[in-house]
Amino acid sequence: MGVIAVANAPLHVLAVDDSNLDRKLIERLLKTFSYHVTAVDSGSKALEFLGLQDVEKLPSFAPNDCQPEVEVNLIITDYCMPGMTGFELLRKIKESTSLKDIPVVIMSSENEPARINRCLEEGAEEFFLKPVRLSDVDKLKPYLSKNKRKNNDEDECVSNDKSRLKYDDVEARSMEERKTFPENQSC
Amino acid sequence: MDAVSQLQRQFVEYTTSLYREGYLDDQFTQLQKLQDESNPDFVVEVVTLFFEDSEKLLNNLTTALQQENIDYKQVDAHVHQFKGSSSSIGAQRVKNVCVVFRNYCDEKNLDGCVLCLQQAKNEYILIRNKLEALFNLEQQILQAGGSVPMMA
Repeated sequence: MGVIAVANAPLHVLAVDDSNLDRKLIERLLKTFSYHVTAVDSGSKALEFLGLQDVEKLPSFAPNDCQPEVEVNLIITDYCMPGMTGFELLRKIKESTSLKDIPVVIMSSENEPARINRCLEEGAEEFFLKPVRLSDVDKLKPYLSKNKRKNNDEDECVSNDKSRLKYDDVEARSMEERKTFPENQSC
Repeated sequence: MDAVSQLQRQFVEYTTSLYREGYLDDQFTQLQKLQDESNPDFVVEVVTLFFEDSEKLLNNLTTALQQENIDYKQVDAHVHQFKGSSSSIGAQRVKNVCVVFRNYCDEKNLDGCVLCLQQAKNEYILIRNKLEALFNLEQQILQAGGSVPMMA
């Protein structure tokens, strides 16, 4: 009797790495988990794909970022890249109102604590040491499912469990029930 | 022992020796795990990219170290890339040379760099020959109707 109306599109990961070998590797790793993958070779191409325009190129009355046309659920980027580094890409994403909630993961061949801390402080969810392995990609699951649920806030979840009510239902509940019902739960 | 079993045993012995002698590390095993029916040539494809990258980088390094005024930052950038790609396929001895090479770049030590470049070339040729021999063995097994043993 319960119906769950959520989108079933595969989760989409944007991978950024200037090395074609590493791009092939990360793409294969991600596809093992059935993610849909787009791989680009630079930070600027990543921003272009995400629909984030260069502020200087826009007329003055336009907002400084556009609504992205494609949905990306996670971005995984190399740190060391010519031009825009992975750190700079991370920063631009976190500064963007439309993109800041997309989880970002950094990959690097250098095990430098200062670098790792800087990335985590700037908002990266994880820092993977290269070469990246299946066990690393396995750690991405929580970041991807959280974001997915957030994007589906509008969907209604009706459960068979009669002790739970639809979130916008005004039927009165005991104080006890209200306390244990988390506010950010949509179903 | 029939032909297939003989080839399979050769394959196992050869692969084991490559790990034991440090030519390959666990990352190569990780690559093999990513090969399956829907990606049957994954390892060969990745290793081919490594060969292409390596030859380009070794040429760039040779040119860079022949300049009158050596740009050590540029040399280091090439070595960093080479270290990355060798590490990504598990070519351990090549990677180890790159680590030493980068230290010489930091010190702007020309003699050290020239020595490392030669070592990098030697190690690259060695691993290229060994991987080609390994792939050759795989082909022979498959052509004889057998299956390639999975290394744990």
